[in-house]
Amino acid sequence: MHPILRLVVQRIALGLLLLLAVSVLIYAGTEALPGDVAQAILGQSATPEALANLREALGLNQPGYVRYFNWLGGVLTGDFGKALTNGQDIGQAIAQRLGNTLFLAGCAAAISVPLAVGLGLVAARYNGRWPDKVISGITLSTISLPEFVAAYFVIYLLTQVFPIFQPVAMVFPGMGFWEKLQAVALPVLVLVLVVLAHMMRMTRAAILNVMQSAYIETAELKGLSPMRVIWRHALPNAVAPIISVVVINLAYLVVGVVVVEVVFGYNALGQYLVDHVAKRDLPVVQAVGLIFAAVYIGLNILADVLSIIANPRLRHPK
Amino acid sequence: MPELLEIKNLRIEATSYPPGEPPRDVVLVDDVSVSVAKGRVLGLIGESGAGKSTIGLSAMAYGRGGVRLTGGEVWLNGRDLRALGAGDLRALRGREVTYVAQSAAAAFNPAQRLIEQVIETSLTHGLMGRTEAEARAVDLFRKLGLPNPETFGNRYPHQVSGGQLQRAMTAMALCPKPDLVIFDEPTTALDVTTQIDVLAAIKEAIRDTGVAALYITHDLAVVAQVADDILVLRHGKKVEYGTTAEIITAPKEAYTQALVSVRGIDHVEKAPAPSVLSIQGVTARYRGTHFDVLKNVTLDLPAGQTLAVVGESGSGKSTLARAITGLLPPARGRIVFGGRELSPALESRTKDDLRELQMIYQMADVAMNPRQTVGTIIGRPLEFYFGLKGEAKRKRVQELLDQIEMGKGYIDRYPAELSGGQKQRVCIARALAAKPKLIICDEVTSALDPLVADGILKLLLNLQAQEHVAYLFITHDLATVKAIADRIAVMYRGEVVRYGTKTDVLTPPFDDYTDLLLSSVPEMELGWLENVLAHRKMESAGN
Repeated sequence: MHPILRLVVQRIALGLLLLLAVSVLIYAGTEALPGDVAQAILGQSATPEALANLREALGLNQPGYVRYFNWLGGVLTGDFGKALTNGQDIGQAIAQRLGNTLFLAGCAAAISVPLAVGLGLVAARYNGRWPDKVISGITLSTISLPEFVAAYFVIYLLTQVFPIFQPVAMVFPGMGFWEKLQAVALPVLVLVLVVLAHMMRMTRAAILNVMQSAYIETAELKGLSPMRVIWRHALPNAVAPIISVVVINLAYLVVGVVVVEVVFGYNALGQYLVDHVAKRDLPVVQAVGLIFAAVYIGLNILADVLSIIANPRLRHPK
Repeated sequence: MPELLEIKNLRIEATSYPPGEPPRDVVLVDDVSVSVAKGRVLGLIGESGAGKSTIGLSAMAYGRGGVRLTGGEVWLNGRDLRALGAGDLRALRGREVTYVAQSAAAAFNPAQRLIEQVIETSLTHGLMGRTEAEARAVDLFRKLGLPNPETFGNRYPHQVSGGQLQRAMTAMALCPKPDLVIFDEPTTALDVTTQIDVLAAIKEAIRDTGVAALYITHDLAVVAQVADDILVLRHGKKVEYGTTAEIITAPKEAYTQALVSVRGIDHVEKAPAPSVLSIQGVTARYRGTHFDVLKNVTLDLPAGQTLAVVGESGSGKSTLARAITGLLPPARGRIVFGGRELSPALESRTKDDLRELQMIYQMADVAMNPRQTVGTIIGRPLEFYFGLKGEAKRKRVQELLDQIEMGKGYIDRYPAELSGGQKQRVCIARALAAKPKLIICDEVTSALDPLVADGILKLLLNLQAQEHVAYLFITHDLATVKAIADRIAVMYRGEVVRYGTKTDVLTPPFDDYTDLLLSSVPEMELGWLENVLAHRKMESAGN
């Protein structure tokens, strides 16, 4: 087997194992919460018989590990169970919101990743001179703002001062792609501002680190233009750290943007999770937790695999 | 005849930032003038810090770090480089002048195929089309004796050997048909048997293409084989400038004379004596590998004498040291030291075992704690093995410093305040402090300039006479071996291929490998390279 393929298979197997461990933790963690689900559903005035019946119906009398395996079996066959609060099928509710989450994250990533890498290259090219300082200054100020401040600032600027956009990012099933894009423009802008600095700084640092190498001197002594030196000789050797930071930020765009969703009234997974945590709807919390964990682990495997592929020593063994 | 490169009264400065002191400007090169005509080769020679690389790079108007040209003129092809702007310099670099670095392994971009890097300048400077450039690269690969020249360029740098990379770098420098190539120690990092081939390839390529060259090295014997003229430098100043024949056969300056006669130590081998160290059938491999790095090695080292272990990189000579010191317990075999069998693993050795067997390393820099003074460094074994403290310890440290000829005033200094040779001396004193029976010296002079190395070798011989300590001397440098050894073991791929007294090992008839090794050491005479190559050709024709 090609060594790369073996490494990739190894990483994926490890990722699945990790996901299994996380599922145990999520289940155990939510189960360990104080309080009784049946009581929570029926309220303080419920009769003991009603409570007993509901416990029986929910399977709460079975031992914890039996319920875990029932739950896991359901998850593996695509059945996340029903929400306790409204009896809705969790799988269906999640599917639509997950789509919204991925759409928002995808739009933000499509803009921020190339922009951050590009700005990082320019900053490295003009290291210590004014373009570097301007780029670093702006991106550092945007990352220093709390998300909701940035969000309200953007809303104020682009809906009140310059009324270009709607302040609310409502999306409905059946909306056209273009309409959807317009709807998410503001949250995407906020997210770009939030994640830009981290990726840009890492690109700049990774490039500058490589710029100390002897082969960069070789490239300079070839009389190549500074941008060609960076693009052809520095960047290919700096991709591994850049990839890992990009992926951490992508994961953040999927699982960590609940504040932005709330500010813009965007109906996605983060808001759904927070709502149901407040209502103590454990099956929903478990399902969404597991999906977030899967996204995180999956993206990190992707980063690992990309870093491996980017390494010529592994790609072309002796 | 118009000069291609003309350097007049060159002065180069840099800003140095000594710790705890205000920055100050230091002069790296002062008042140096040289010229190179079309098709000629000028050798720049000197020890480290002589400014030879700095002068070489000035021909491309390039300064490493904060290095600045502050005086004089550099003329190339009739233009003053100091008057050119950044864009004009870029147009000139890689087109009129190219550069071959000391470590090709570090100088190639690891993420790009060799061919792309070799033809890059030809394309970016618009000198030729891709097909033409690739054809020329393949042609150069062939000329430089690279294997499978048609497909060689498809490989990545990590997929070829060090010697091949150095040739590929030469091909990269010659590809855009420059007027001048700067070779900066191109063979220094190579094994001696590889060096001779690369040297021959470079010389032939220079002759065939008619390119002019600056050849920078610290090894006078090497530069004598390729250069037409030689400039000897010291501390950034010119010492002597003349034709190669003048410099080699009739050096005028004392410094040049010392360089020419370096390694003039006469060492007569000692009479046989009982062994202090006896290595019997030692076989070893690293954990997790399936390859023996030492194969059935059997050697004896008489007390108070020197056994030199020679071989190229990868021959297993440093692994032998690791086996003796217990860092790599051998899979089979015995090591008898001072009449008792040593336990294979370090953990189960007695304190006396440890004390009587000391080590000195190639990089004195990293073998010392930079935050400890010389007194602390040498005092540590005194305290650990002999329980010396306070005034007694300090007195003994001073005695040791006197023995290594460093005298007073060094005991409270830090390693950073010492020169390379002094650092190595402190390491020797530290080893000596334990009153060992055997010191393993692993390439201890390899990182030092020839004259400094000479001083260290003389010191080691003196100390041996005084203290009756034995040395296991690991080196790849045969000149060092001749200067210091009583016995010699030649290692090749983990095996001892030849072993005996110095006279026996260095007297014909030789086995093939020892012959190759001995005949590859550059000698300080004109035409040596041609003679060796012609001789080898004849022999292989005879077989």
